[in-house]
Amino acid sequence: MQWHGVGEFFAMGGYAVYVWGSFGACALAMLVEPWLLWCERRQLLKAMR
Amino acid sequence: MKPLHAFHFASPATFYPLAGRLQPLFALLALGLAVAGLYVGFFVAPTDAQQGDGYRIIFVHVPASWMSMFIYCVMAFWAAVGLAFNIRLAAMMASALAPTGAMFALLSLLTGALWGKPMWGAWWVWDARLTSELILFFLYLGFMALQAAIDDPRRADKAGAILALVGVVNVPIIYFSVRWWNTLHQGASVSMTKSPSMAQTMLWAMLLMALAFWMYSIAVALARLRNIILERERQTEWVRHAMAWRG
Repeated sequence: MQWHGVGEFFAMGGYAVYVWGSFGACALAMLVEPWLLWCERRQLLKAMR
Repeated sequence: MKPLHAFHFASPATFYPLAGRLQPLFALLALGLAVAGLYVGFFVAPTDAQQGDGYRIIFVHVPASWMSMFIYCVMAFWAAVGLAFNIRLAAMMASALAPTGAMFALLSLLTGALWGKPMWGAWWVWDARLTSELILFFLYLGFMALQAAIDDPRRADKAGAILALVGVVNVPIIYFSVRWWNTLHQGASVSMTKSPSMAQTMLWAMLLMALAFWMYSIAVALARLRNIILERERQTEWVRHAMAWRG
């Protein structure tokens, strides 16, 4: 492992904003999409009762 | 085996429960592969000699870009099948894939910008690779907007299919853009014709993340397909029956 401590890991060699921005955007999108689909499904099922 | 066996799942009524059973399987695979990919990407793959730790963006950028192109091809394939054989489920499959493909095209552009700023000094350039990927994003949006604008779902399917098929020419343009033109975007590090030009562990992280994104796409496409089926077939006997059984 190349990291010496948590601080260095989160600093990403000075690229923190870009690296965490990229991974954060992907994580957010890939959590929101399934959540929206789940909401849509619940609404569809509710409307059918 | 009956000759019709392969077509058994081509009906929404039979595919709906199958999709429901497959969906958690693919979701679980996506999660496991993502955990493995993130571990290799952040704790095993070394810092790059030229790009420092900024290069780690490729672990999401490349998979997102690959998926945006691959999903478009799959979407166009199902659209063509739906159009040629008049299969409702195939057309629904195409519609179910479009929003996820659009999301990956957007993520590709966004993570590309976040890589471009520190490495090139620009968020965006009108490079052939970047521009054709932007067009791909607009093709997805166009497909969804067109389908949303037509009330009759079967007519919407047909119109969308034509658009999807015309737009498919853009995919090879994106893929080969770095070879056909002098682009600022670098050439392929991984291709089918030569061995990859990157460290093994970096390659592994990228491939694991690509597989994770792939499994994720299948899981959400199945979930959306189930929603589309429910919405379009809600008047049918089988849906009512299934709902009554559900309680």
